[in-house]
Amino acid sequence: MEAGMVTAAPALVRFSSIQKTYDGEHLVVKNLDLDIRKGEFVTLLGPSGSGKTTTLMMLAGFEVPTHGEIYLADRPIKNVPPHRRDIGMVFQNYALFPHLTIAENIAFPLSVRKTNKADVQERVSAALRMIKMETLAHRRPGQLSGGQQQRVALARALVFNPQLVLMDEPLGALDKRLREQMQLEIKQLHQTMGITIVYVTHDQSEALTMSDRIAVFNDGIVQQIDRPDALYEHPVNSFVAHFIGENNVLAGTVETVEREYCRVALAGGGTVTARAVNVSGAGASTSLSVRPERVAIVPDGTVSEGPNRLPARVQNTIYLGDHALAVLDVAGNGEFMVKLQPGAHHSLGHGESVHITFRPEDCLALDPV
Amino acid sequence: MTAASLTEVPLKRRLRRAERTRQVKALALVLPLLVFLLFTFAGPIAGMLWRAVDDREVRQVLPQTIAALANWDGKDLPDEKAYAALAGDIQAARAAGTIALAAKRLNYALNGFRTILTSTARNLKAVPEAGTAKETLIKINSAWRERTTWTTIKDAGGPITGFYLLAALDLTRNADGAIVAAPPDQAIYRDIFARTFLISLGVTALCLILGFPVAYLLATLPPGRSNLLMIFVLLPFWTSLLVRTCAWIVLLQSKGVVNDSLLWLGIIDEPLRLIYNRFGVCVAMTHVLLPFMILPLYSSMKAISPAYMRAAASLGAPPLTAFLRIYLPQTLPGIGAGSLLVFILALGYYITPALVGGAADQMISYFIALYTTETANWGLASALGAVLLLATLLLAIVYGKLVQGQPVTGGMKN
Repeated sequence: MEAGMVTAAPALVRFSSIQKTYDGEHLVVKNLDLDIRKGEFVTLLGPSGSGKTTTLMMLAGFEVPTHGEIYLADRPIKNVPPHRRDIGMVFQNYALFPHLTIAENIAFPLSVRKTNKADVQERVSAALRMIKMETLAHRRPGQLSGGQQQRVALARALVFNPQLVLMDEPLGALDKRLREQMQLEIKQLHQTMGITIVYVTHDQSEALTMSDRIAVFNDGIVQQIDRPDALYEHPVNSFVAHFIGENNVLAGTVETVEREYCRVALAGGGTVTARAVNVSGAGASTSLSVRPERVAIVPDGTVSEGPNRLPARVQNTIYLGDHALAVLDVAGNGEFMVKLQPGAHHSLGHGESVHITFRPEDCLALDPV
Repeated sequence: MTAASLTEVPLKRRLRRAERTRQVKALALVLPLLVFLLFTFAGPIAGMLWRAVDDREVRQVLPQTIAALANWDGKDLPDEKAYAALAGDIQAARAAGTIALAAKRLNYALNGFRTILTSTARNLKAVPEAGTAKETLIKINSAWRERTTWTTIKDAGGPITGFYLLAALDLTRNADGAIVAAPPDQAIYRDIFARTFLISLGVTALCLILGFPVAYLLATLPPGRSNLLMIFVLLPFWTSLLVRTCAWIVLLQSKGVVNDSLLWLGIIDEPLRLIYNRFGVCVAMTHVLLPFMILPLYSSMKAISPAYMRAAASLGAPPLTAFLRIYLPQTLPGIGAGSLLVFILALGYYITPALVGGAADQMISYFIALYTTETANWGLASALGAVLLLATLLLAIVYGKLVQGQPVTGGMKN
């Protein structure tokens, strides 16, 4: 974090020791420090109640931090009302004004800024072109589909060229296919227009698809903020490992720590070597994290190399089209997932005894769950 | 083709039969209410509308006279035949004791007619000999020499008349049958209608001004507190109208709570006149009608997501702009419904103005009540009611058109 501050491009948004409580008893956001650089797409990811939406609302100006200061372009904005922050926002249910037409909705931020009429017209039609909805300009929001409303909300938040755009789970109400399409469209808009976007979601795949950086929230604390691939490959704790992507957990106790690696005795029997990411030392209990696609199944009796070899029993196999999953019972974990090539699941019989192997670097020893 | 038509017919019939059971069931469910409304609402209203134009009293009492006048052009005095018919009718009516019925009706049209008719009946000892009827009658009462006396009888001949409706609008027919303004001493109803509309409009405006913030508070407060506030709003509904009105009398009378407090505080030196005038009427009516404004406003405001105001703010609209351009237009259906409701209810108000108003604050319903209960002038009462009903219907139609024209638009153009 400290190194980041030194080398970072100028931060557009800076949260400095932000705390927020609603009831004066427990903190929804606990001591948040977060920098968002200009042109960045940052996602605040976390389960509901983790403080991500509160953080976004404080940035938008709808909630006031209990402690700390928020800077936008180096200007403290804690006491700036929302309408003077110059931040565009896309809401969860779009919040398109039902009594205005699409064109009037998009023109709204311009007309409240007393932009001259010709200019408004020009920019509104440009925005309508951008979302490919020129022909629907005179419809009302109620006459549009969810995806179309979403586009209008996007155009409305962008039309006045705000220095920052906030999105609060904007795709939550759309079906899966449309959601994936809109993810790509938003990402493309971000790249072509060079805008700074702060995006809130609880959907980790959405976050992975779109973001430059993801801040993983839990319990009012940013657990980790990093690039999507780094979060997946190098989670700093069990929460992040579990929240981002599929993850198998094996409980155990650290026997020895040797530089980056440690030997862990599993609670369900067996010993493996794992990367020591978040363990205090020998004797500490730990949770091992292994991704399903980093595990190989070897038939019983085969001899294989490597320190990590555990007996397993096939519980079930699931066919998923582009891949298949084997559900195994490994060292007391009855839902240990292993990703297979499609078709490979035919060779695994229910109840069959097999062995699994994985490399020490693919097995992370993290804090106990 | 044949196969299709073979199956089609029974299918259609089956469908109809299935639908019919459903329709009968639905009808059976609403039937009790329908019958009730028919007898207590539709029937009386139809009766009232009919009474506004019904005019058969004179025709019943003086049938021969009406028949004799049927072909009279009204330019000169009628001929001897008409006088003879009248004399005959009066004799018959006196024997039957129905003279007063016709006298009452004719007196509405021409002040003093009652005297003319009763004196004639009293002094007409016997049916005059043929050819002397005119002479005899004029001798008894010189009014029979006046053309207007006869036109009045002809006009009141019915069976249908516009007399009451015209009277309700301060109009009358002159001796030549033309519609002219009623004489000033009878022309009071336009003023009363204007007063009724003015008071109703004022009460509606007061209700809107007072109710809007309350409804907003109700719609935005957290549920617990908004429920409590809602109970306060609904409290008047659980109290008798009479009690509430009397409470205002206690509060506003010259030795009432308000005046005493103001005197004690030294703000005024002598009691203000707060009741038995327009002020008292408006205060009491606003209080009684306020819930009818608050509830539709509340329901329209409850439907407005707080996200709209947030969206407006995030798009750069200061609070007032956001309110005027985003919030207010969305409450217009509620404002319209509440205003219409309060206005129409206020138009028909009777008890409150009667108790806390002065003579100059009585609304049209007071006069309708007066004519039905005191003077038994059912025709005029019905005509006033019909005019009020028509005006109300017109307003409702205009409101409907306005709402239909622009669904929820506040007419705010960018």
